[in-house]
Formats: sequence, C-alpha cells, structure tokens
Amino acid sequence: MTLLKEKDYGTPLSASQKQVALEIDGRKVSVPEGTSVMRAAFEVGIDIPKLCATDSLKPFGSCRLCVVEVEGRNGTPGSCHTEVAAGMKVTTHSERLARLRSNLMELYLSDHPADCPACAMGECEIKELAKKIGVKANRYGLEGKNHLHAAKDESNPYFTFDPAQCIVCSRCVRACEEVQGTFALTVEGRGFDSVIAASQNDSFLKSECVSCGACVQACPTGALLEKSTIEHGAGDQTVLTTCAYCGVGCSFKAEVKAKQVVRMVPFKDGKANAGHSCVKGRFAWGYATHPDRVRSPMLRKKITDPWREVSWDEALKYAAGEFKRLQEKYGRNAIGGIASARCTIEETFLVQKMVRACFGNNNIDNCARVCHSPTGYGLKATLGTSAGTQDFASVDHADVIMVVGSNPPEAHPVFASRMKRRLRAGAKLIVIDPRKTGMVRSPHIEADYHLALKPGTNVAVLDAMAHVIVTEGLADEDFIKNRCDADGYALWREFISDKRNSPEALEERSGVPAEDIRGAARLYAAAGNVAIYYGLGVSEHSQGSVGVMCLANLAMATGNLGREGVGVSPLRGQNNVQGSCDMGCFPHELPGYRHVSDDAARAVFEKEWGVTLDKEPGLRIPNMIDTAVMGQFKGLYIQGEDLAQSDPDIQYEAAGLKAMEFVVVHDLFMNETVKYAHVFLPGASFLEKDGCFINAERRINRIRKAVEPLGGKADWEGTMGLAKAMGYDMHYNHPSEILDEIARTTPSFAGVSYEKLDELGGIQWPCNAAAPAGTPVMHVDHIVRNPGMFTLTEYVPTEEKTTPKFPLLLTTGRILSQYNVGTQTRRTENTIWHHEDVLEIHPHDAEQRGIREGDLVSLQSRKGDTHLHAVLSERVQPGVVYTTFHFAESGANVVTTEYSDWATECPEYKVTAVEVKLTHKLSNWQEERSKDHG
Amino acid sequence: MSSRAVMSEDRMLHKANQIALNFAPYPQAQAVEKIADHLRKFWTPPMREQLTAYVNSGREGLHALAVEAVKNL
Repeated sequence: MTLLKEKDYGTPLSASQKQVALEIDGRKVSVPEGTSVMRAAFEVGIDIPKLCATDSLKPFGSCRLCVVEVEGRNGTPGSCHTEVAAGMKVTTHSERLARLRSNLMELYLSDHPADCPACAMGECEIKELAKKIGVKANRYGLEGKNHLHAAKDESNPYFTFDPAQCIVCSRCVRACEEVQGTFALTVEGRGFDSVIAASQNDSFLKSECVSCGACVQACPTGALLEKSTIEHGAGDQTVLTTCAYCGVGCSFKAEVKAKQVVRMVPFKDGKANAGHSCVKGRFAWGYATHPDRVRSPMLRKKITDPWREVSWDEALKYAAGEFKRLQEKYGRNAIGGIASARCTIEETFLVQKMVRACFGNNNIDNCARVCHSPTGYGLKATLGTSAGTQDFASVDHADVIMVVGSNPPEAHPVFASRMKRRLRAGAKLIVIDPRKTGMVRSPHIEADYHLALKPGTNVAVLDAMAHVIVTEGLADEDFIKNRCDADGYALWREFISDKRNSPEALEERSGVPAEDIRGAARLYAAAGNVAIYYGLGVSEHSQGSVGVMCLANLAMATGNLGREGVGVSPLRGQNNVQGSCDMGCFPHELPGYRHVSDDAARAVFEKEWGVTLDKEPGLRIPNMIDTAVMGQFKGLYIQGEDLAQSDPDIQYEAAGLKAMEFVVVHDLFMNETVKYAHVFLPGASFLEKDGCFINAERRINRIRKAVEPLGGKADWEGTMGLAKAMGYDMHYNHPSEILDEIARTTPSFAGVSYEKLDELGGIQWPCNAAAPAGTPVMHVDHIVRNPGMFTLTEYVPTEEKTTPKFPLLLTTGRILSQYNVGTQTRRTENTIWHHEDVLEIHPHDAEQRGIREGDLVSLQSRKGDTHLHAVLSERVQPGVVYTTFHFAESGANVVTTEYSDWATECPEYKVTAVEVKLTHKLSNWQEERSKDHG
Repeated sequence: MSSRAVMSEDRMLHKANQIALNFAPYPQAQAVEKIADHLRKFWTPPMREQLTAYVNSGREGLHALAVEAVKNL
C-alpha cells in the first residue's frame, strides 16, 4: 500500500446518539450532538485550515486559523470549539475569513525557518497550509524577534525537539496530558516568550517524559520529529501491522522505504490503541535489524563444539534425524516442543500440530506456563472460558476499577493511558499490590484504596473482600440466581462467610488493615460497574489459579459480568500469549481449549491431520525439565522462548536442558538457552512475515510482512520444513491457509479469515455464525459455563516463608523501557533508561544492613545468589525487595524457587525468601556466566 | 525410587499435597473426586503411575485426600 495518512477530523467524535442538522457552506449536514463545527465540516469534505486542532485531542482554540462565520452570531468563532446547533448556518470560506487567516499565517511564517527541513519532507504542515491559504510570503520577514536560533534538544534517543520549528500550539502538551496522562510537558513563559518545556525545563531525557511518542504524533510541525525520519525521511509505503511487544496489541503503520522499515506510527483506527503507543512499540524496533540477528541455520553435534553455519536443508534433516533417533531409542514421549507466544497464531498452531501429529504425543507447551496459565485454569473453572471478558474500550464505562497484581503504566502502558483517562474522569480506584506502583498515585490520580498486602496473600485479601460482600448483604442475589450454579453458590457462601475468611482474621497474615479491606469491598459491591484488571501479580503464585478464581467469584457475586464497564480482564504479557493458548499449545488441550481426552474434539483433528492422537495429557515445561533430569526426556524443539533465562530456579532448568541429548532453538538471537542447543534455526521478526496475534482482549490482529525474513524463512516455514523432514508433510503456501484450517477445526474461530480481518480490522473471538463480527464482551446473556460456578478458594499460605536466614521477601516484575528477558529491548536505545536490573529495597531494611544507594549487594535465597546494585525506594514496603529480570547477567531467576501454582505449575516468581547483604564482587554464578560469555 | 520415575519424590509429594490442600475445603467425597480428576486431566500417565506406586508402597508423606484420590484413578 502507498503511504497511508489517516484523515484528521480536527476534534474527537461525539458519542451522542442524538443527531443535529445544520448547514455548512450551504450544504445540509447531520452530525451527533456535541460535534464541533470543524468536525462537521470535515465529515462532509469541507476543509477548514487548522494547526492546533487534531481529532485525538479536545479543542483548544489557540491557532485561530479555523475561524468561521455563523449566521446571526457576532465575530468569527473558532470552529474547533464551537459546537453544532440545530439550524445553524456556517460559512467556512469568505473574503473576511481569508484575510484573517492570511494575517495569522504570515505571523506564523515570520517565526518559521525559511528552509524548514520538515516542510521539505512533508512532516510539517506550515508551508503547505500557507499555500492553501494563499500566503506566498510574509510582510514581516524573519528579522524580528524569533525563536529561529533556539537550541535543539536531542537528548531523547528517538526524537528531537527543535524550538525553531515550534508554533507553541500546545498539541504536544495536551497529548501528554489527555492521551498519555503523564503531564510531563508544559508551556513555560508568557506571550512571545512562551516555549514548550519538559518537566521543570529539563531535557526531554531527564524529564518525566516516558517517550510514548504521543507528542511527536500530535506535533503539526517538525518541532518534535523522530530521529529515524530525520535520517531516512518518511517512508513511501505503509504496511499495517501489530506491535510484537505486550498483550495490548497496538496497531501500527510500518513505514517502509527502500526495503527498510524507517518508522512505526500508531494507527488511529487500531482497535486496541486508537492511535496511541508506548516507547517500545513506537520506537524500540531496531532490534529487528540488529547485527546480532542470526541469519543462517547453525549446527553442532555436542554443546561443547563450536557452531557451524549450515543450509536450512542440512539443519532440518539433521534435526529430524536426531528427533527420530531419540524416539526410536527412548520412546515416543521422549521428545517435545515449545511454541512461542512471540510468534503468530498460525505458527503456534503449527508447532502444536507438529508435536501432536508428527512427534505423536502431547508434549507441547508455551510460555503461558510461566505467566498466565492460572488465568486459563481459573477462568475456565468459574466462567467457562479461558480468556478475559471485555474489550479495552469497556473501561470507559467503569465506575470503579480494581487493579490487582498488575502495573499497567510499566507493563501495558497504552491501556494504562486509557484507564487513567477514565480515572481522571471520576472513576474510583482500588489497587491491590505489595508495591506502590504507578497506578497508586500519578498526576491527577490517587487510589481510593491501596491494599498493600504482603507478597503471597492475594487469596487472603480477596477472600476477605468476598466475606464482607456476602456477610454484609451486598451480593447481587438476582444475578447469582439467574446465572450461577445454585449448589455451588450455597457451598461457597457458607465457606466464605466463615469467620476464618473475615478481614479481621486475615489482617495479620495479609498485612492489610481490616477496615481498608471492608472499605474496598463496600466500594466494589456498591458501584454500578466494576472492572477488574489483573496481571502476573495474581497468577505467579503458589495459589495463582485460586487468585484468579477469587476474582471471578467477586465478579459473579456482585453481578459485574456481561456488559460494558465490568468484567475480569487479565492483562496478558506477551503479544500472542492469548493466541498460543487459544491454539492448543498446552499438553492437555487441543485448539479452542478442548481437553485431549475429548473424543469428539480429537476426531476433528484426526480427520484433518490423518493421524491418531494421544488422549492422555503430555508434559508441561517444568515436567519436561523434571523428566529430563530423571533421564527420560531427551529432545526439545524450542521456538522463541528463552527457558534458561526466563524460567525459575535456572540452575535446575540448566541441568534439565543439559541432560537432553538434542535441543533445537528457533529464535532471533543467540539467547541463553542456545548454550544447550545443537541446532539453531534463525527466526523471523514480526516485520518479516504474515500472520495474526491475539491480544488480551481476545482480539485477532493481523501482522503483515514489511520486509523479507533475514534468516531466509518465516517461522511457520521452518516448522513445516522440520515436520516434513521427519516424514509428516504439512504443506501450506501461505499463513492464510493455516488460519483457514484453524477456522475449520476450532468452533470459536469458525468465522475468521484473512478476508474478514482485512475487512473488519481486529476481531475478538468467538467469531462464528452466532457472532459473525466477533464478541467484544463475553457472558452477555449467560455465563459461558452456564451456569457460572463459584469455587472454594481456601487461603493456603505458600511454603516459601521468611526465616531468620532469609528474612525478606523478593518479588519480581517489569519496567517500562525493557521487555521480559530483554532479548529485543536490550538491543535498542531503550537501555539508556534501564541498562541493568537493580534491587529495590526499603530505606529501613537498607539501613539495618548498612546499604546505601548504588551499593553492590548480594541477593541470596535457598536456591542461589546473584549480585545487583541497590536502589533505596519506598515503593516497596519494609520486608519486601523487588527486582526485574530483563538482563541475563542479573540472574534474578538464579534466586527464584521451584514452587509453583498447584493447578498449573506456573512458577511462584512473586514470592522468594531472601537475604540482602553488602558485597564487593559478582556472585559465583555471575562469574561463571561471565567466563562463558568471554 | 522406581527406575521409571519422572520426577524426584520430593517434587512429586509437594505437587500432590498442594493439589490436595487446595481442594480440601470441599466435602470429602467431592474433594477426592476433584483431586483425582485433576490428576487425570493434567498429569501424564507416568506421573500418575509414580504417584500410585508411592501410595501402594504404603509410605507416608502424602495428604490423606490425595491418597484416596490415587485409589480412584
């Protein structure tokens, strides 16, 4: 497609259902009440000059170029901030208006570089607008007072701020406030001395700016411009695609020039992001062409041998031979595969198909095992479907938002901005998190309740909230009676009403004052619409699945399901982790969450694939490692997953990988797991292939190929080649054929095709005959499980307890600029904000240990130790320390333990008993790793 | 430990006991069935065999509900 530029209607769309009829330039127009005259004019193709107005922001009325005449009214009102009225007659172009606009434009030109580079490359609207208005020169010249020699701010790695090109229209300031919600920018000074300033006149880099790019997007001139655009110019072709970072799934326009991506611009019509972005999706895509990308398959017979570049054919034949040899020697179940939540649904579907149809077993898993597998289990058990209940837009209708174990401003920033908009508009907020995250207090937002619980006590706190709701008569009995299992409710009601589940009984365990829990529960139960959003702070616990079931119980008990503004929504970590679960990349489930023991479901795939399928569950990732350590699991194909960095207790993980006789890693980079691999297959980035990702809303979003795969094959082609080399020929000419197979075999995807996705944009499953355009909100007429099932959620304290030797609790998480194990973001300029993982420790705990800011400290658990620099922070409570896991050398997972969720074996990353001490050197593990890496 | 063991006994007991503890609040018959159902749905046959062998050996260390559930597998 040629370069796509969305139409800008100047002001936001009005949500009103009431239509208003008026006349603009003699044309009859009908628009929703509340629409601006400017937007009404643009809707019918009448162009009004503008600079300070854009349809992502509220009208501001500063540039005055959009003035119009309204019959019967004095003066020339700005059309951006004049709302339509019935019978109004508007004139947008007249001699008087032309004169006014021309005078204004001359003034703008008198302080605009004559040789504006951005104007030349089409990135600045000034000269083009002047031409439209008919201004060829300005009578004031450039000699008067101006800003033409103001210094450029080039501190941000991704964009520059050039005051010489700035017209102080405040679009950037307003974008930072209204779209992003950071309030980092302001207009400093008065009158002609007004300038845009970041924070307290800091550089952009040192300011509170989070580099989301909203200001760059909003800027009508070249004042704020991407460095990549300055270097390469704008693209000449647009490829519509989806971001490959978090589970928000933002739509982007990849701009391509000379077979190279030169810019990523958030797509205004993107259903998940509505034109917004974060620093990762907008700017941190340079990893895709980083020199570290491996461009050829590699092979070695022993993990101590050097790597040898080989052809795809040789690598696949060798891998196939080894997998067959292992199965002949050790049995069918001695090998398995791991699908990647980073890859497309077509690719994850193919990996599970290869494992099931070609390997002949169910030893298939994906990274949800270590993040949201409890979501799948918990929501299925209670509500009947293993996914979130809402679309993101639903939050606009929430009266109370409850954020549990999730830090959206860091981990799901684009959705966080949307959530914050709703909070600034008056919604109440409950945060349940051991840390003072960015949700607890930020500009113009403060949580009504922050239940700062001790790590590992989610279930205690959520049970206590439910106890209050039930015992104080706040439950929605009508909803329960109509939609939930009566026996299940009676059992749960009795269980939860027991005094052992009261806030007072659990106060000491949880560390949360009983009155705060009672207050939060009352707020939750009394509000009209309550929406729960949760993250890994719920799932990554020994009771992760129970925590999820607690949330579903709360929603059912208060009738907060089945409409906009309510629900239980997991904020999923990886771009396609929802999709890889949907595609059956689990050892117990076929695509569409049907258990492998389901004869009818197996029959569908047996017919399609021409094989007999195993009806017994296979090995989960931790089971594969256990079984390998025990000498019975011998070979593994790993697509886009770095087990040796991301999984817990990594010394045990490493022992398991080392015990295998043959490991294939299919990835973009030589990650930590490659140390144990025998064949490396070069992966393709999201810019190099076609397919779909499914985000946290269940939205199936297309990704489209912008450039050729650097390694020669898209990942689906690699998997297809491996299966063929093993003797199972699954041939597809294009990923669309794989999606067709998914639609044929999986009822919730029955209505999905590339054609429909192209036509409708992202579609939320289920999409079938009953819901041909997809399902934004689940459980509308009834709970999918029908009836909904309350489950008993006894609080079982984790066995990972503090002791005199390990008196602190470590919890782990993410930071905005880095992404998971950092494979991608560490290879971008994002390292300027976060170049190492650090340990947050409360000043009180630090003082007791003689630790000062920046000191190197040892972090030791019963599993191992690693050394990090300390940051003193009151974000963590006394007794709790916190770190991230973005850098392999930090070794956060050397410390985490083998404990996991009882139901899904999702690791208990969020609770590890540790001690922190001053040190002056790296840990033994770090020294050894350092030697390995030269 | 059986030569066909697929995990260490400590890990096996820990996992099985955690499952039992989380189903324990249900009435006993329901709890036993839920534990057995969980093991059937999520544990591989060799994992279940290892657990069964442990129960059959008469050794202690396994939650009583899990013991009953294994008998129902």
